[in-house]
Amino acid sequence: MSGAPASPARPRRQPEPLVPEGPVRASANVCQAAGCLSMGSDRVFNELRDAVLAAGLDDVAVRRVGCLGLCAAGPLVAVPQQGRLFEHVSPDGGINASGLVDSLAGGGAGGVDVAKSRFFADQVKVVLQNCGTVDPERLEDYVEAGGYEALTKAVTAMSPDEVIAEVVRSGLRGRGGAGYPTGLKWRTVAKAGAPHGKYVVCNADEGDPGAFMDRSVLESCPQQVLEGMAIAAYAVGASQGYVYVRAEYPLAVKRLSSAIRQAEREGFLGRQIGGTRFEFEVEVRIGAGAFVCGEETALIASIQGGRGTPKPRPPYPAASGLWGAPTLINNVETFANIPAVINRGGDWLSSIGTERSKGTKVFALTGAVVNTGLIEVPMGLTLRQIVFDIGGGLAPGRRFKAVQTGGPSGGCLPEDLLDMPVDYENLAAAGSIVGSGGMIVMDDTACMVDVAKFFMDFCREESCGKCLPCRAGTDQMYRLLDRISSGRATQAHLGQLEQLAGMVRATSLCGLGQGAPNPVFSTLRYFRDEYLAHIDDGKCPAGVCRITPGFSQRGAADEMVAAETGGMP
Amino acid sequence: MTTTTVLAPQAPSEDKRWRQVDVRMRRLGYRPDGLIEVMHTVQELFGYLDDDALSYVGRSLRVPLSKVFGVATFYSHFTLKPQGLHTCVVCTGTACYISGAAGLLAAVEGALEVEPGGTTADGQVSLLKARCLGACSMAPAVVIDGEVHGKVSANDLVERLGAL
Repeated sequence: MSGAPASPARPRRQPEPLVPEGPVRASANVCQAAGCLSMGSDRVFNELRDAVLAAGLDDVAVRRVGCLGLCAAGPLVAVPQQGRLFEHVSPDGGINASGLVDSLAGGGAGGVDVAKSRFFADQVKVVLQNCGTVDPERLEDYVEAGGYEALTKAVTAMSPDEVIAEVVRSGLRGRGGAGYPTGLKWRTVAKAGAPHGKYVVCNADEGDPGAFMDRSVLESCPQQVLEGMAIAAYAVGASQGYVYVRAEYPLAVKRLSSAIRQAEREGFLGRQIGGTRFEFEVEVRIGAGAFVCGEETALIASIQGGRGTPKPRPPYPAASGLWGAPTLINNVETFANIPAVINRGGDWLSSIGTERSKGTKVFALTGAVVNTGLIEVPMGLTLRQIVFDIGGGLAPGRRFKAVQTGGPSGGCLPEDLLDMPVDYENLAAAGSIVGSGGMIVMDDTACMVDVAKFFMDFCREESCGKCLPCRAGTDQMYRLLDRISSGRATQAHLGQLEQLAGMVRATSLCGLGQGAPNPVFSTLRYFRDEYLAHIDDGKCPAGVCRITPGFSQRGAADEMVAAETGGMP
Repeated sequence: MTTTTVLAPQAPSEDKRWRQVDVRMRRLGYRPDGLIEVMHTVQELFGYLDDDALSYVGRSLRVPLSKVFGVATFYSHFTLKPQGLHTCVVCTGTACYISGAAGLLAAVEGALEVEPGGTTADGQVSLLKARCLGACSMAPAVVIDGEVHGKVSANDLVERLGAL
């Protein structure tokens, strides 16, 4: 049983942002993404607004913006004109404690110099270019920042084929995890015959635990995602779109819904977009807490109001998706890349990244690093650069053990691989995946057997139950991992686990089952010694697992033989 | 010759909230594929989905009750039991797990004598687990009555719940 929070109750109308009539000398951008909000950034906004008014600073703006990235140091306030970032701004009366108001008034430079900060130095912002600079609830902010120029250009000056060619040229690949070339997918949907129309679906069912990229993008700049969807709809010939968002993200749902209404009002969605005959409408569909719905055929079943169970592919949704019509499904981050591809050209995006993985990737960097938060880096940066330069390394006295990428379908990568450039191919070769972009750093207090067990517990509970290998296999693997972690296992159990993992990977219907063994495989590959310590020595090296005392290897071996021979000795 | 009139399904009670459910269904054109959307509305208004509600929604959208029940029990967001006055959701995502979510759960279970998915005997607090709230940078995170709290400790959490 799990549950999601109800929408935060906000009965009172929030004060409007302060926008000076004349030229703006300095602007205080107060982060209003979920992380900073939970630390009171809405009160920071109110107090700062009052303080600026009281000081009579009539050329200073106070605005609400999306995620500023460095969640660990929230609540955050950025002053872009001065290149400063103010961290841990207290909402409790001491609004000027770090010199924020003085700095806005023009005296002294408080806060952190963004240009010198290691956290921001190696980042390249394409998807997040508007995160932390535009107000997510004000369409005019987005338009002022160049928003909807790409859509207007596409529908008035480009043919659908030209749009697709640009996306193909960019080398962009699906950011939801699988890395399928986006341009190819668009071309397939564009070519599909459609007597009953086509659909464009945005997958915002970000179910991987430890990932909040899509959430942050939707909370920070929903317009950019809508613009990407509208360009996609023009390219493939669709007139109806859906965004499937998790119920766990009430703020994202609220801002997205408001963004849709505003875009319709300004003619960026709806009929006669850009004065042409192109029309496109978007509806929001809210998920109901099922991880498997991130799988595209399950997601379709859920939008159609049913249980979210996957179907064998082919047919792929590109040929037969929503209500049997050709359907283009891309992830939030993929769509958010599109406006830049159209504005700056496919060649520009493909100049960033590695040979086969182009562009940037947004990661949610969490766990045992100092600078937890949301980052966007060019493909091909090494894990070491991400964890130690951007992430600021581990807390003093802690030792790096592993970094987990790709969620429950991904793997744990050890210290030896820190110098590996991060891209789709390298991570796959190392036994993990880029996935949607969760990156969880683990230190020496984490037990790798326990981590594998954690993910298996997740998969067995989230298995939809449609196919046997996943439904029963994940449960049996969990039991074996539980045995190992509690010191009640023999080498034979380990063999069983490996065999079963291979079977589940090979025979499951969808990505959930096929990927479920990955955490087991990767921890066995890099941290086999930890498994052996539990089995042979009855010890958990990290001191996490509770070992059952008095276990006899001999007795268990006899028991296994007995079980296999049907109780006969 | 006899004529049969198809009667529109009757709402389970006079409760005015059913009118809001009706409005939602009408906006969705009474289409069967609006089932999940309507369930969201019912749960938002009443806090949970009981048999009468499921039956009413099913008949209104012409979805067999077997399918309605199947959908309601498939998704973990939907609950068929009434919830407590307050809810406490403990995130058990990876980052929170690594940062001690299990300890938080155990502390609340012990202090309030309630299991995850259950409600305290006095109907005050429901304890829930969430897969991941996406508040990973503030792990471990909990949501008390819709408000996210980051980097909470077990003592802190028990104290907060006691003060509700």
